[in-house]
Order: sequence, then C-alpha cells, then structure tokens
Amino acid sequence: MEHGAVTADFLGLTFNLSNVLMITVSSVIVFLIAVLATRSLSMRPGGMQNFLEWVVDFVKGIINSTMDWHTGGRFLALGLTLIMYIFVSNMLGLPFAVAVDHNLWWKSPTADPTITLTLAVMVVALSHYYGVRMKGVKEYGAEFFKPMKFLFPLKIIEEFANTLTLGLRLYGNIFAGEMLLALLVSLSHSGIFAGVLGIFPMIIWQGFSVFVGAIQAFIFTMLTMVYLAHKVSHDH
Amino acid sequence: MQYLILGAAAGGGLNTGDILYQLVAFLILLVLLRKFAWGPLMGIMKERQSHINSEIDAAEKSRQEAKSYLETQIEELKKAKEEAKAIIDNAKKQGEAQGEAIIKASRDEAERVKEAALAEIASEKEKAVATLRQEVAALSVKIASKVIAKELDESSQEKLINEYLQEVGESR
Repeated sequence: MEHGAVTADFLGLTFNLSNVLMITVSSVIVFLIAVLATRSLSMRPGGMQNFLEWVVDFVKGIINSTMDWHTGGRFLALGLTLIMYIFVSNMLGLPFAVAVDHNLWWKSPTADPTITLTLAVMVVALSHYYGVRMKGVKEYGAEFFKPMKFLFPLKIIEEFANTLTLGLRLYGNIFAGEMLLALLVSLSHSGIFAGVLGIFPMIIWQGFSVFVGAIQAFIFTMLTMVYLAHKVSHDH
Repeated sequence: MQYLILGAAAGGGLNTGDILYQLVAFLILLVLLRKFAWGPLMGIMKERQSHINSEIDAAEKSRQEAKSYLETQIEELKKAKEEAKAIIDNAKKQGEAQGEAIIKASRDEAERVKEAALAEIASEKEKAVATLRQEVAALSVKIASKVIAKELDESSQEKLINEYLQEVGESR
C-alpha cells in the first residue's frame, strides 16, 4: 500500500509524472464534459445542458450567499471551473488505482498536498489581487488593521492559515479516502475470506467517498468565494 | 508510514514542477472553459431569462389590454341595453299615443256617423210624415169625393153645373 512515485527533472523543476498525468486527465474530462454539454445549446434545455445549468445555478447560489452579484458575477467562471475540476479530480481515484512497480500512477490528483495547496495559494492570491484591484491599495491595506490595529499580526497569520486549511482540508479528505480504499483492497492479499469480507466496507466507503468528494468540491468553492468576498466587499 | 506524513514529498523534495503544471493546467482549463463552455451557456441562460421576461411582460400587457377591452365591451353592452330600453319605451309610448289617436278618431267618426244617421233618420221621418200627410189628404179627398158623389142628386148636380157655367161665363 505504500507507493512511490516516478519523478522527472525538467528545466530544474521536479515533476511527479503521476500528478502530471492525473491533472491532464482531470482537465480533459472537465473540458469534455463542459464542452459536450454546451455544444448544442437551446432555449429549451435538455439532458446535459440541463445538468450544467443546474451546476451554474448552484455556483451562482454559492456566490450569492457570500457577496452581491454585482461584484461576485465575475467569479462565476472561476467557481464553476473549480468545483467541476475538484469534483472530477476527487472522483478519479475512487473506482481504481493503478500502480506499476509499486509506483502509483492512477489516483486523485487532489490526494496530493502539492496540488491542493497550489490551488489554495492560487485562490488566496486571486483574492488579494482582486482586493487590490477593486478596492485600491489604500483600502485593501487598511483591511489588515481592522477592527483593531494590534490585530495586524493575527490578520497576517490568518492569510496563511486560510491557505493551509483550504488546501490541506481537501488533500486530507481525499487522501484519507483513497488510503482507506487501498487498505480495504489490500485485505484481499491476506486471503480470499478477508477479501470477500472486505468488499462490503469497500462498497460503503466508496459511496461515502463520492459523498465526501462532492462535499469537498463544494466546500473548496464555497471557501474560495468567502475569501474573495472578504477581500472584495466594502462592508467590513 | 513515512509516506503519510510526507505526502507528495515522496520524491524527497518539493515537486515544483507539479505546482507549475497544476497552475498552468488550471488556468488553461479556466480560459478554455470560459471561451467554449461557460460563455455560450451563460449567453443562452441570459437569453432565456430575457425571453421569459419579455414573455411575461407581453402576457401582462395583453392581460391588461384584454381587461380594458372587456371593460369597454361591458360599457358598450350597458349603453346598448339602455339604448334598446329607450327605443322600446319610445315605441311603447308612441304606440300608446297612436292607439289613443286611432281610438279617438274612430270615436269621432262613430259620433259623426251617428249624427249623420240621426239627421237622416230625422229627415226621412219628416219626408215620411209629409208623404203620409199628402196621402192622407188625397185619401180623405177621395173618400170625401166618394162620399160627396153619392150624396149629390140630379137637381143639385144641375144646380152646381149651372153655378159653374155661370161662373165661367161671368169670368168671361
């Protein structure tokens, strides 16, 4: 159950080839779902268009619950891409995992803290970028000294804490899910009886992981919007 | 269990390439989806929204129109009813007046006819009385002459004739 990873060095950067593969797969799947669903758009939606419009309305609901639509509308594409990318990523590791020579190839890309923290840092960086752009440097800077001046260090810590919790929450949930699945699968190595017995908790855990993956995608998007709203909105 | 703690750092160091790759992949995905999926989808959703809006507006408008039409129709109907009533009343009044006039005319006519009849009766009566008188006179003369003829004898006849002759002669 302890798998290594194949790495490659390129231009001084270290690539985990499994991550590269799974990021590509996730992106391609999300792209295909979105593009195929929106290929034949009609005023009376059916099938996939209906589903995607439901997703759009869902993300709209998330944004509307954190900020007003006038400022939040621009984040709709970000939220949609995030929730679908993370959901698909979370699902990828569930049906199976592929390991070649004890090197794990097929897994959820979100079961890797590097990936989730990259997304989290991106989101927090975006929130700072939009905070400066939409409120100006002065008002953006003043936010760090509210409501009391001595809270400034806490505010700085908060930013890092936000980033870490956002990334590690997602990583922890997905990684734990996959780890338990791997453990249940490894039961079958210790005998046919244990293997058959292990199928039932595995089915249950897979169902639960689908639920957890969906919830985590939702939470990640929700928190993204909360952080963005915190930086962007004026009424604080 | 070391893997659990180190996570992605399985290779021993930070996978800086993964970070870059994830960032680039996500941004490309974001841009592509914005262009090929969310844009058109948002467009059609907005279009539908405005379509529904305009349809609701149109429905509201036509409902108002129908309402006002109905009101004017009711007004017209009321007017027409009143007019009809007035016409009927007029006709009734006219009919009554005409009837009365006819009755009066016929009454007058009857009166006139009666008068005429009475006058005729009176004149006829007079005529009859006159005729009767004549007849009676003639009859009485006849009777008288008959009576007289019987009573006259020869001598008196001669005497009479003589008297007549004498009178004739005298008158000559």
